[in-house]
Amino acid sequence: MADYPKDLLYHPEHDWARIDGDVATFGVTWYAQDSLGEVVFFDPPEVGAQVKQGESYAEVESVKAVSDVIAPLSGEIVEVNEALGDGPEKINDDPYGDGWMVKVRLSDASEREGLLDADAYAAQLD
Amino acid sequence: MSTYTSATDADRRAMLDAIGVMSIEELFADIPGALRLDRPLALPAGMAEQEVFEHLKELAARNVSCEDEVSFLGAGMYDHYVPSLIDTLLSRSEFLTPYTPYQPEISQGGLQVMFEYQTAISELTGLPVSNASVYEGPSAVGAAGYLAKLTNGRPRVLASRGVHPHSRDTLVTLARGYGQTVEEVPLREGATDLDALAGALGDDVSAVVLQQPNFLGTVEDVAALTEAAKTVGAIVICACDPIPLGVLEPPGAQGVDIAVGEGQTLGNRLDFGGPSFGFFAAAQEHIRKLPGRIAGETVDVDGKRGFVLTLQTREQHIRREKATSNICTAQALNALAGVVYLGWLGRQGLVELGELLVRRTAYARETLCAIDGVEPLHEQPVVREFALRLPGADVEAVVERLAAEGVNAGYRLGRTYPEYADGLLVALTERRTRAQIDRFAEALGNALAGERGTAPVATGVGA
Amino acid sequence: MSVARASSAIGAADDQLTIYERSQPGRRAFAAPALDVPERPLDELLPARFRRTAPARLPEVSEPELVRHYHRLSKRNFDLDTGFYPLGSCTMKHNPKLHERVAALPGNARLHPLQDERRAQGALELMWNLQEALGEIAGLPHVSLQPSAGSHGELAGVLLTRAYHEDRGEQRTKVLTPDTAHGTNPATVTMAGYEVVKVGTNADGGVDLDDLRAKADDQVACLMLTNPNTLGLFDPNIAEIAEIVHGVGATLYYDGANLNAIMGITRPGDMGFDIVHFNLHKSFTQPHGGGGPGAGPIAVSERIEPYLPRPQVVRRSDDEGYAFVLDEERPKSIGKLRGFQGNYGVFVRSYAYIRSLGAEGLREVSEVAVLNANYLLALLKRAGVAEYLPVAYDRICMHEFVLSGAPMKRELGIRTLDLAKRLLDFGVHPPTVYFPLLVDEALLIEPTETETKETLDRFAAIVAEILREAADDPELARNAPYSTPVRRLDEARAAKQPVIRQPL
Repeated sequence: MADYPKDLLYHPEHDWARIDGDVATFGVTWYAQDSLGEVVFFDPPEVGAQVKQGESYAEVESVKAVSDVIAPLSGEIVEVNEALGDGPEKINDDPYGDGWMVKVRLSDASEREGLLDADAYAAQLD
Repeated sequence: MSTYTSATDADRRAMLDAIGVMSIEELFADIPGALRLDRPLALPAGMAEQEVFEHLKELAARNVSCEDEVSFLGAGMYDHYVPSLIDTLLSRSEFLTPYTPYQPEISQGGLQVMFEYQTAISELTGLPVSNASVYEGPSAVGAAGYLAKLTNGRPRVLASRGVHPHSRDTLVTLARGYGQTVEEVPLREGATDLDALAGALGDDVSAVVLQQPNFLGTVEDVAALTEAAKTVGAIVICACDPIPLGVLEPPGAQGVDIAVGEGQTLGNRLDFGGPSFGFFAAAQEHIRKLPGRIAGETVDVDGKRGFVLTLQTREQHIRREKATSNICTAQALNALAGVVYLGWLGRQGLVELGELLVRRTAYARETLCAIDGVEPLHEQPVVREFALRLPGADVEAVVERLAAEGVNAGYRLGRTYPEYADGLLVALTERRTRAQIDRFAEALGNALAGERGTAPVATGVGA
Repeated sequence: MSVARASSAIGAADDQLTIYERSQPGRRAFAAPALDVPERPLDELLPARFRRTAPARLPEVSEPELVRHYHRLSKRNFDLDTGFYPLGSCTMKHNPKLHERVAALPGNARLHPLQDERRAQGALELMWNLQEALGEIAGLPHVSLQPSAGSHGELAGVLLTRAYHEDRGEQRTKVLTPDTAHGTNPATVTMAGYEVVKVGTNADGGVDLDDLRAKADDQVACLMLTNPNTLGLFDPNIAEIAEIVHGVGATLYYDGANLNAIMGITRPGDMGFDIVHFNLHKSFTQPHGGGGPGAGPIAVSERIEPYLPRPQVVRRSDDEGYAFVLDEERPKSIGKLRGFQGNYGVFVRSYAYIRSLGAEGLREVSEVAVLNANYLLALLKRAGVAEYLPVAYDRICMHEFVLSGAPMKRELGIRTLDLAKRLLDFGVHPPTVYFPLLVDEALLIEPTETETKETLDRFAAIVAEILREAADDPELARNAPYSTPVRRLDEARAAKQPVIRQPL
């Protein structure tokens, strides 16, 4: 069921960040994958691309919908989850684990102040 | 009460009662009085079916169709024989009257037809992915141009002068909207000038557009032209006449990225230009950018094979402003005619038809060029259409003389190619017999002589 | 396995074969005409390097197999001649059978598009008459029949707008569309090189005038609207909307998808629209053909006329013995949007329709379309249905209306999708689902004028029945349909692993 791990930070447009030193892992939340339905395609960005907090860096598709994936923090992509190419359903099955999307070297650690914790994120959902 | 509605006075009273209003007029209360049309539409009164039929028949009788003359007119649409089974199948209401298959469970017939059609087009073009059809040929070229733009964003498109004038015009019209320029690559001796193409190429070229055979009937060296285009990474778009693909190397085998074309010759009527369908096939990497509808195979909850519209996230109803095109339809009924026709010809039949056309066309070109006053405009290999010159002659007058004899001599090239003011484009289909070709040659000889004011010269036709 | 189940299993397996799977080497349906010219070696005529080395792997079947295969496929399709098809926004009205007969007349069917105009006067006069009639219906003076579909007509409209502004030396960047718009609107706008800006909808379902005023500036090229809109509601503020849009020098474009509600009642030209497109496959009975062909002619105001696509059918003086020509000399034209002059076969059918109905008949079409829709709405507002499928905007509707399945989802645990699938078991095509996007769990219903009162009564009864079933056992609808040739299909699989041709 609906799950928002306490150790993550959240962007209101349904994206999470797991920060580990100066690198963060991004993905979409349980709410996002539930709204989309079964994910059929993830269009990944390139390693080396710059992402900016609040802006879209990729797209995720279900049968009947396309959604922008929003970067919770800014930086440079250092790794992309290639396994999503053949297994996009990982985004549904394990959105915080195997469904991770990119790893980013952060450009501005202070941006984390603008994110929500798990309780605040869950509270602002419908 | 018209014969297509059924609301009797009693029905209307009952319905108005249920709604809770006194008159139909009240249902239009939201329309401000100032906008109400205060007079009947200025249109003639309705007529009974029989009267409408007589009127339409009278109009149709004023047209000279391929039923009334022996036609060598092509230039993009051709008088092929449409087999009877197509009329039978297309008049089935289950194919004629439903909408786009939004509820796949009750649309398996239409969806499977699309899947079979996509397979046939893929086979014909040698490219792995095909959509379920687009409107027709020239707009398919335009749609391919848009796909190239979405793929690489470069500003220039190079289009051979051998591409159909309507296709080039459509490309320009659309490109103006999304901000690309279209430049022409000239012809040399009836074929696209490879040197000119090479000279025009740069890494700002988004796409190179070719036609096979080209508008003058020439079989182009698509492989060489494609290789040149690939040196700058441009997308190669080839507009093809589908029936010659029975004997010609398919574009997919020559490195072409996108093959499009006019499908009219595949089981569809001339219909004064439409409706028909356009086909659109591409290399695998472009699958997610294909415009239009695509049918895909899957299974249902019981494991039964079935078909659905797929990859719909490309389309306008989902992706809206980021859609790969605004196309909402497929030309489903016309594509059905296409796939049935290809099944009717079959693997061998398409080859046999192509070979017959090559031979008859060669005979026609030879026979006509033997006439005094007729020269080939080019000597390139052709399949079913070729260009002639009538030096010094008033081509329009010659064509009129032939029309008076019940022969449509073909397309006057001066209409769209001022450099070939004395040019005539002659097309063959399997309906044009040797006897008809001979009759054409004789009439043409007479017409030219008549224009010159000389007696006709024996041409050796039929000798 | 019982005898009955065994035979149906065999039948079902055969039903699912493609034409390629029925193919056997050597079978044929085509016999080439005899070769009556010299059988010259192909190598002499067409160099080997240009020739195909392996034939396209088309099927090899005989005529009886071809006929049977496609005949049986047809029986796996639901169609309008078979049953009620209340697809909102599609205007699934009866396709008169006369139209096939007149379209098949050889003078029409075998006429080459490049035939000399003098020998195509019947066709050109028909097109001219159709142009005049459509112009009268729209209340605008100039018509082009060239666009091939509604979305094609929309593209024409936006490109015409661009040409108009550029001709006046203006470079505008935005096009406004309401948030209730059909997806083709924003897709078209992007193709034409403009930015899409959405305009909000007010509580009554019309354009939010304040939002429009805020967004209408001199960067706006056009506002694209349909009236009645995709909620089936007539926007009574249309005159003010036109004033706001024209006030900033922009054009007003009318999406004619909902014309069935207003023919002979009011006209988009009189409402202030500059450009109108028609869907001949909606209000003008061109059969839908399973998705096409159609046609999307446009009617425009005087100021837009110079930019119309070429060629235009023009009537000139009869001095030379013929009246109608295709005018290619149009220096300000946006050019061509397709080959030749458009889908003539569709024009023949629509023209026959307009001549059959006449002025009075067309007005009756809209009156009965609106009557039927309001009657069906009244039936569905009764107890047993209304509490689960309330109408989204509780007003008189035009030719269609939108219900919301949100309460049904909450109270009964079935979604609009499930209702639609269960309708299939009752032999009815479902209405449009999940459009417009503005309404949650939307169900857009358009009965059209060609349906009888009894059909509408029956549909309402079926909906009530399905809701009763769901109250009892929601699983029934959730797993529907049961009686169709296939049941619910795995669309996710088709998108994840696309198989879009037969492997051979």
